[in-house]
Amino acid sequence: MSQSYGISVRGVVKAFGQGPSAVRALDDVSVEIGGGEFFTLLGPSGCGKTTLLRLIAGFEMPTMGEIFLDGADISALPPSKRPVNTVFQSYALFPHLTVAENIGFGLKMQGKPRAEVAETVARMLALIQLEPMAARRVNQLSGGQQQRVALARALAPQPKVLLLDEPLSALDAKLRKEMQSELKRLQQETGITFVFVTHDQEEALTMSDRIAVMSAGHIEQIGTPREVYTKPVNRFVASFIGETNFLGGEWGTGGVKLSNGAMIAVDGKGSGAVTLAIRPEQVRLCASADAGAMPATVTELVYFGTDTHCHLALAGGARVTARLQSQASGDVAIGVGDHVHIRASAAQVLAD
Amino acid sequence: MNSRTSHFRTADIPGFSSVAMLVFAALYAPIIVLVIYSFNASPSVAEWSGFTLDWYVKAAQNDQVVNATINSLIVATSAAVIATAVATLAALGTTRRARYRGITAIYAAINQPLMVPEVVTAVALLVVTAALKKATGYTGLGYLILAHAAFCIPFAYLPIRARLEGMDLSLETAAADLYASDWQVFRHVTLPLLAPGMLAGGMLAFVTSFDDVVITEFIKSPGQDTLPTYMLGQLRRAMTPDVNAISTALMAVTIVLLFLFFLITRKKS
Repeated sequence: MSQSYGISVRGVVKAFGQGPSAVRALDDVSVEIGGGEFFTLLGPSGCGKTTLLRLIAGFEMPTMGEIFLDGADISALPPSKRPVNTVFQSYALFPHLTVAENIGFGLKMQGKPRAEVAETVARMLALIQLEPMAARRVNQLSGGQQQRVALARALAPQPKVLLLDEPLSALDAKLRKEMQSELKRLQQETGITFVFVTHDQEEALTMSDRIAVMSAGHIEQIGTPREVYTKPVNRFVASFIGETNFLGGEWGTGGVKLSNGAMIAVDGKGSGAVTLAIRPEQVRLCASADAGAMPATVTELVYFGTDTHCHLALAGGARVTARLQSQASGDVAIGVGDHVHIRASAAQVLAD
Repeated sequence: MNSRTSHFRTADIPGFSSVAMLVFAALYAPIIVLVIYSFNASPSVAEWSGFTLDWYVKAAQNDQVVNATINSLIVATSAAVIATAVATLAALGTTRRARYRGITAIYAAINQPLMVPEVVTAVALLVVTAALKKATGYTGLGYLILAHAAFCIPFAYLPIRARLEGMDLSLETAAADLYASDWQVFRHVTLPLLAPGMLAGGMLAFVTSFDDVVITEFIKSPGQDTLPTYMLGQLRRAMTPDVNAISTALMAVTIVLLFLFFLITRKKS
């Protein structure tokens, strides 16, 4: 395992255009990415995640702020002088070169001896299991194979950090799953810091050590997949990652009192109106005598195989979705129109 | 269902294909006649009296024809090389930077020889070359080469620019990301990807130069006939079938070049 290098983004602003029409793609973004980490920038399109990646790569220069790699300021260096390589969304493989020439391109540009280039290319081809394709043109490869060549080309010069710009978005679902575990394996084997950009929350949750959730040029939350899923700090994070029920209420003693009168126990305390985020899998059917039980009416049942989504209407009109895991019997013992009781096994207070 | 659709379909217009056939006939019948008569044994251009290759032999043995062919090849090759080099720089200059004010004016300036009547360019060049000939005493092919290079630039420029505009910019970004300096990016990525466009542009420029009569006629020095001006000169005296033979040979070369041009430009997609 090679030594790992971290990235430090400090107070970075990136504005496109000038004067009053300027758009701030990034607005005072700071983030510390640890050496050897699989770090994901997650957000909807236009949130600035790709811009941040391009700033780290050096394709764009920050309007304000600095970027450090392994403690050294790299903000002013051109891309060719940064020990950072990129896997592009479009792969950007050189169509006039063979697979082997593509993989060896970076080393050749660095002026490495021919024997060393050949040796590294052979090692990379073995790593991506494409040895028989070495002499092929890249446009003779399938999408998944092109993806692996793009990966090998970026890894061959042994960068300190690998940047991946939605590299899996062009692949079909099955291949994407394979590449996800392949990427994870490569990251663990090489120990290189990966900065991964995606808009796919599932991809982010399954692959990352940590995730930065971005929106409108800001970082909304940074945390482990478990943290951002179970403890979203605001409505944006809660709704962008996974499905969430939002319920309005007011602080009371020992919890939050919903408008229908039910008390939901949460950590902390406060006063005034708040919004609660409750994940569908945290909504449980229960007996009417249970603490925090709320009467509800089943309005719709949607069967998903592993579980059933149960849409419920609470007294007072609020709507809640519950995810009920399929039992061994394969059936949920309720039907549309049934009057049931539900309770929340966990809830998160949002800062909004 | 009615076979007529709401689309505009030329097949629905009565007589459309007949008119099309007529137009093709008007375009190609004279050329076919020319080719046939280049093998005509009779020295008259109007009557057929049997097959012969004599006119080709005669043309090939005519020193004036040989000299004119050599002049044409020297001028067209040199002009095509110069025009392609200049057009490549022009195409890079107009595509590889942010759009700026006045870009349309620059396009127009580059493509000016396509729009200004050729005879005007010819007169203008005549004035300049006459003055230069007087001042320097040099009367070689250089004037023809430079003049041809100048009016061939737009023919080379258009395919090169099209190729550059169709190029995926992320390839150059990727090269820079992989430690290539600006020059290395150009040398190892931009130039190889641009090569088919440059070849196509160069061939168009070559054909355009090889075919030119007006500008050449105005600025050539005595004894500097190119193939087209030689043929024009022959016409003034007596029309002989060896001109047919030369024309046919010229056309064969052009067809081969255009076919290559087609193959090269088609490959890019």
